[in-house]
Amino acid sequence: MTTLTLSPVEEAPTTSRAVVRPGMLPTPGTRQWIVACPVSRLVPGRGVAVLLPGSAQAALFLLPNGMIYAVGNLDPYAGAAVISRGLTGDRAGDPTVASPLLKQVFSLRTGVALDDPEVALPTYAVRVQHGTVRLGLPR
Amino acid sequence: MSTPENPTGTPTRTVVVIGHGMVGHRFVEALRSRDTGSTWKVTVLSAEADAAYDRVGLSSYVGTWDRNALALSGNSYAGDDLVDLRLGVRAEHVDRDTRTVTTDDGDVIAYDDLVIATGSHPFVPPVPGHDSAGCFVYRTLDDLDAIRLAAESAIERAAAEGREANGLVVGGGLLGLEAANALRLLGLTPHVVEFAPRLMPLQVDVGGGAVLERLIGGLGVNVHTGAGTSSIATQDDGRLAVELSDGTALLTDLVVFSAGVRPSDAVARAAGLDVGERGGVLTDIACRTSDENVWAVGEVAAVEGRCYGLVAPGYTMAEVVADRLLGGDATFPGADLSTKLKLLGVDVASFGDAMATTPGALEIVHTDATKGTYAKVVVSDDARTLLGGILVGDASAYTTLKAYVGREVPGDPGTLVSPAGIDDSALGSALPDDAVICSCNNVTKGSICGAIAEGACDLAAIKGCTTAGTTCGGCLPTVKKLLVDSGVELSKALCEHFEQSRAELFEIVVSTGIRTFSGLVARYGTGTGCEICKPTVASILASTSSDHVLDGEQAALQDSNDHFLANIQKNGTYSVVPRMPGGEVTAEQLIVIGQVARDFGLYVKVTGGQRIDLFGARVEQLPAIWQRLVDVGMESGQAYGKSLRTVKSCVGSSWCRYGVQDSVAMAVDLEHRYRGLRSPHKIKFGVSGCARECAEARGKDVGVIATDKGWNLYVCGNGGQTPAHARLLVSDLDDETLVRYIDRFLMFYVRTADRLQRTAPWLDALEGGLEHLRAVVCEDSLGIAADLEAAMDRHVAGYQDEWKAVLDDPEKLSRFVSFVNAPEEADPTVAFDESGPRKVPVLLGLPTIRENV
Repeated sequence: MTTLTLSPVEEAPTTSRAVVRPGMLPTPGTRQWIVACPVSRLVPGRGVAVLLPGSAQAALFLLPNGMIYAVGNLDPYAGAAVISRGLTGDRAGDPTVASPLLKQVFSLRTGVALDDPEVALPTYAVRVQHGTVRLGLPR
Repeated sequence: MSTPENPTGTPTRTVVVIGHGMVGHRFVEALRSRDTGSTWKVTVLSAEADAAYDRVGLSSYVGTWDRNALALSGNSYAGDDLVDLRLGVRAEHVDRDTRTVTTDDGDVIAYDDLVIATGSHPFVPPVPGHDSAGCFVYRTLDDLDAIRLAAESAIERAAAEGREANGLVVGGGLLGLEAANALRLLGLTPHVVEFAPRLMPLQVDVGGGAVLERLIGGLGVNVHTGAGTSSIATQDDGRLAVELSDGTALLTDLVVFSAGVRPSDAVARAAGLDVGERGGVLTDIACRTSDENVWAVGEVAAVEGRCYGLVAPGYTMAEVVADRLLGGDATFPGADLSTKLKLLGVDVASFGDAMATTPGALEIVHTDATKGTYAKVVVSDDARTLLGGILVGDASAYTTLKAYVGREVPGDPGTLVSPAGIDDSALGSALPDDAVICSCNNVTKGSICGAIAEGACDLAAIKGCTTAGTTCGGCLPTVKKLLVDSGVELSKALCEHFEQSRAELFEIVVSTGIRTFSGLVARYGTGTGCEICKPTVASILASTSSDHVLDGEQAALQDSNDHFLANIQKNGTYSVVPRMPGGEVTAEQLIVIGQVARDFGLYVKVTGGQRIDLFGARVEQLPAIWQRLVDVGMESGQAYGKSLRTVKSCVGSSWCRYGVQDSVAMAVDLEHRYRGLRSPHKIKFGVSGCARECAEARGKDVGVIATDKGWNLYVCGNGGQTPAHARLLVSDLDDETLVRYIDRFLMFYVRTADRLQRTAPWLDALEGGLEHLRAVVCEDSLGIAADLEAAMDRHVAGYQDEWKAVLDDPEKLSRFVSFVNAPEEADPTVAFDESGPRKVPVLLGLPTIRENV
């Protein structure tokens, strides 16, 4: 059985709830581009998880309308890496994903939890070239 | 057409018009109708092969595809010998010294006066890939033909690939929205990307833009404001990947640039005419250029340095120049840039000083989010004179308001935008606040209205916080009326995307035969769905066919459980429950379950439904686990689905000394019959072999209890949060009738229940209650019994084990990975603590720290 010690969370505060900075769109700038998968691998309306360097994870979505978004895969409410398995949709036109665990709904554009605007998933820039989807990480 | 006064006389002068758009045509018409002495001969050069057409109405070409329908009347000048219209001929060069125009077919035409009416051309931002195949502009009939061709082949290709065809419009101004509508009419899903933070930034302000965006978005146009287009790259499949400046990306079939226009002043520039700072042929207020024999009209003209992108000022310029050529002294008076239009059926109007740029100007705004309207008036600093305004969603007041621009407003200017016709008396009921509404519990109107004011927005909420209506219920109609009077709409809507209830959607699916979510939401809903309506529709589709739940578009509708055919647990791992019909399991199967649990390190627990649950499997382990289970003849237990779970049974007459019927055999038969049936909520059965009821069948949705004459059928028992005993539907049935009645009961429930409504609350809500249900099931009072049975027969015949089907399908199998870019990797966040008496998942610490990406 895999037992792993994890690095991404250091000095986890004792608050019961995730309080992170409001979501924002990825700012332009130099990036490291990580290959995710061929576009053809994406099922419209569903997500996949992408392993990032430093054992972070992104959730990558292709929507039926063609838009591609990437947000963090870790559900800040549940502490589990499940966002990529959530259902997509929209709330008043804003594209969303709902956590498959407790159904909190996040904006795919900004990562913000729509009913709890203090909580947000990170967002990642997306690029598609020659049929390959890449995610942009800040250098 | 005019009657020349000297029909025999020859015209003495020649005017050449470059450009045959709406303004060029207007000029020719104006000149010819006023030139009663036939002094002018007119030569018109039209670069387009079509004579002047209604470019403002270009979008109406979509659908009719009839070029003639857009032709401006009189545009061929038939019967007028003094007009020489040359279609498809471009002016290459103007020589002002010799006063000649050289055309692209080599002709040299001498003029006395020259009118430049070349209009403008679309601005294509120089983003990488802007010239890729599949990129278009939106200006001419030919452009639309090209877009149509691309759209049609895109739709064909998308249909073959089982996806939506879409198109992106770069630019969210007036024309951009027109183009988006055109794409929509062509059958593409339109996207609009606008660099400004709002749509139509030139015409509407922030508030109006927000309302407009909501309205346009509601019409199926995907709006992305505040984003630029960074690059366009052709993919191997011919689609275009468009990168937006906000970090998102879009896969699209075609791109239409509608990012503004630029004056087509190349010929004039080459001829050495003065041009404006931002382009356009510079003219004075008589529309005369820096050459006294050369004039410019329409979008190409920069009258005193300013270009006008509307047709009305262009027409005025045409009239001015015609007048001048005939010796008049008309001048261009400036233009009213007020606009009122209907974009995709949405009214937008902007007039006067819409952006309140006048010093000291005051704004009065009224926004109605529910109706989707925005109205703003701009008044002078003393709040007396109307200066301008913006209307979105409802522009019916445009004409009146525009008439007041520059004038003193009678009375309070705020009334100009306040919604007319509010009838305050209709809002309040005649009853005083201390009137008792619920006499059982002594609840007054005041307390009910108080609860509504505090947010109780349905009957259940009011019952909960006031106890009104919880005893006899006789007052509920009055309570309901108070709710409605207070503006609360009692909704049976499934969610924001469907106004229908689940039962109505079920009927729609059955009667229309629509088999896709996208088809259903396009025709009967709005938007793109959510975590509520998608699984509901998925369930309806599954209840009405035997397709695999992960087939095609259905895969995208399934909640995580149904998507991975396992039960998600709190750390994102899954539990696995093989079916054990009636609680039966062979030794061989039990051994394999044990081996699987040992080999994959799974935590094992026996469920309440007489089967075994294996916890802690990662996504990528599921296929390997199931391969071993399927190999010993086990199949999916559908513990993850809103579907038949288990048929619990006692050991029955074959072993038990009290048993009167073979409850195990019946349980196994029933489980085999109804396994895989998707329903509004989970369904559990129990079969007891005698009245001692060891299978606890009366706590189940379907309870079957043996009698010495056969079986008693109980229905609508539930455990859970609100336990309910099952009610006796009918007694002493033989095997065959029992099955037939259960068929009818289940299908009736599947068709009519609300989303996530278990059988007990369903029966409570059923009009006529148990008597009605009995009549439907046992007496076929609705005449649908045969239909219900046939539906169940189809389900039984079409049953397949979902897990075996996945194992046989490499494409479906390929989705069972933790990481798309590292299929061999296990999720590093999954960890367990095995130091205690049992294995438990370890969650990640909270919170996650946001990266500033």
